[in-house]
Amino acid sequence: MSSRAIRPDADVLGRADRPVTILVDGTPVTGIAGQSIAGVLLAAGRTAWRYGPTGGARGVFCGIGVCFDCLLTVNGIPDVRACRRRARDGDVIATQSRAAAPSTVDDNEAGGEPEPPAPATTPSSVDGAR
Amino acid sequence: MRHVAVIGAGPGGLSAAATALGAGAHVTLVDAAEQPGGQYHRAPAPEFGATRPDRLQHGWRDFAARRDQVLGHSRCTFLPETSVWALEGADGIPVVHVLTGPADGAGRRRRTIEADALVLAVGAHDTMLPFPGWELPGVVTAGAAQALVKGERVAIGEQVVVAGTGPFLLPVAAALLGAGSTVRQVLEANRPGRIAAGWGARPWQLAAQAGKLPELAGYAATLARHRVPVLAGRAVVAARGDGRVEEVVTARLRDDWSAVPGTERTVAVDAVCVGHGFSPQLELPVAAGCALRAEPDGRRFVAVDADLRTSRPGVYAVGELTGIAGAPAARAEGALAGWLAAGGPDRPAVRALRRRVAAGRRFADRLAAAHPIGAGWPGWLRDDTVVCRCEDVRYRALRLAADQDPRVAKLGTRAGMGPCQGRICGPTVAALRSAEAARRRAAAGTAARGGNPHHRPIAQPIRLGELAAAADTEHSEEPS
Ligand SMILES: Cc1cc2nc3c(=O)[nH]c(=O)nc-3n(C[C@H](O)[C@H](O)[C@H](O)COP(=O)(O)OP(=O)(O)OC[C@H]3O[C@@H](n4cnc5c(N)ncnc54)[C@H](O)[C@@H]3O)c2cc1C
Ligand code: FES
Repeated sequence: MSSRAIRPDADVLGRADRPVTILVDGTPVTGIAGQSIAGVLLAAGRTAWRYGPTGGARGVFCGIGVCFDCLLTVNGIPDVRACRRRARDGDVIATQSRAAAPSTVDDNEAGGEPEPPAPATTPSSVDGAR
Repeated sequence: MRHVAVIGAGPGGLSAAATALGAGAHVTLVDAAEQPGGQYHRAPAPEFGATRPDRLQHGWRDFAARRDQVLGHSRCTFLPETSVWALEGADGIPVVHVLTGPADGAGRRRRTIEADALVLAVGAHDTMLPFPGWELPGVVTAGAAQALVKGERVAIGEQVVVAGTGPFLLPVAAALLGAGSTVRQVLEANRPGRIAAGWGARPWQLAAQAGKLPELAGYAATLARHRVPVLAGRAVVAARGDGRVEEVVTARLRDDWSAVPGTERTVAVDAVCVGHGFSPQLELPVAAGCALRAEPDGRRFVAVDADLRTSRPGVYAVGELTGIAGAPAARAEGALAGWLAAGGPDRPAVRALRRRVAAGRRFADRLAAAHPIGAGWPGWLRDDTVVCRCEDVRYRALRLAADQDPRVAKLGTRAGMGPCQGRICGPTVAALRSAEAARRRAAAGTAARGGNPHHRPIAQPIRLGELAAAADTEHSEEPS
């Protein structure tokens, strides 16, 4: 764990935090009200939450909504930029993957472990493909 | 009464709104963010309950005063959390298509804005060159590190290297220090001789004219106090780690940014912040039909005259769109464009603004000359280096496709076809293609074909459901 929130008592801003809790792949993660979903995840020490087409882990890269590296599913809606979306109490987050599901891995949920990345999400937004 | 629509509420757009209001116009100010301020005056979220928001940035008081004056003005309509996803119309002032609501949400409110003049002030994003391992989590742009500190109160790592080129590396390092991180090194890729030659004689006078001097001096002092080594002529040429960055490889660079063999060093880090300058967000200007101009190094900006008029009548462009010179220059440009867009008369104060805009332009020119991107950086790449992050396209695939028609190569490799639509890799792929084509002595000119890489008919993603739904019939934000 290395990314982290600045402690409120050490913060020159003079913060008065309120907590915000979101559910990430079933696990509650608490951040500071006002943070984006990316901010909450990073403050909790989590730097990756998406898998690229060849399986590499990805998280925040540009921080301002340009690179689309930080996509995740929010309350059932896929492809939301975590760096652009404010976290709301109770948001249900699912991490995403564009990697092909490994054929050697059995797809049953018996273990209760977070599944390996699901197969590519259906494109739900259009962005000027030519 | 004239109606001026201002897109972007950063330093440039907010100034434009202020002077347009001053000249008597009705102003619709649109920003994708929840609060005005843009990248420079990125405000802490109100939920943080910050009692000292002025502590994070220079000029906060002036900014807050301007913000309150603009947002509180009876002739101003501020549309926060509102993305412009298209500009449309071949004649007259383009119609502005916007979506209001949480980013990438379904069912955002769609509407259109029709105005008598348009000021585009949508800013820039970091320019990032690829290197082996740049896709690892923990490798972020310099701007991202800054935005996370300012907007989220998050430090991206504990042991950090800041690298790239340009004076922006200094505030990023200072912000990380302020967040309690250890900045192990700041690496400026350009060598001291190049930087000195680029800035020319008495660079501090130029910086003072452009309003940047106290700020830059402050960052330099902060870095010195924390004994952060600032090394010129050195770069991060690779990042390594298992599932996230654990170390970087740095190397000494020649003038052209090729690495000097044998000078490699490894530095243990848990984050690295890299920025090679800024790229303007050209989707909207291109959609409006504004002509672009090319810098000698090939970077493109919106072409404007001394009054910030683009080639499209009634459409102005300000701030990072016209050149990279920082917040004070963006403010001066916004102030001039807003006033003129609202039909304000020429006055001595306007002529003074023109001089400030010209000073900003000189600063931009010298900045570009002092911190160019060297042509030798592709030497950092290996065959398996990811170049297009969205589609995981590797350098090898791009090299093999270098002599194909750009469209064929794009379809074949899928470079630039992922969610970011080539915003990150587009310029890189173009540079690699022309370098490779030159290397092979392929037929001259082939690399230059393929249309405008900034042309994206849809500037911001819109969900199919939102596209299908009709836009609000109220149609325009006409002044009453
Ligand atoms: C991530 C990042 C961080 C930076 N941090 C600093 C810093 O700390 N210090 C510094 O000196 N310089 C910083 N810069 C440089 C900065 O760009 C300039 O200093 C300055 O903010 C430029 O002002 P501007 O008005 O041109 O654009 P910006 O400040 O970038 O403002 C552009 C505004 O337009 C909005 N916008 C963009 N596209 C759309 C759209 N389609 N629809 C609606 N709204 C849109 C954005 O939300 C933004 O608020 C940063 C740059 C980046 C990319
Ligand atoms: S980090 Fe780039 S879009 Fe979110």
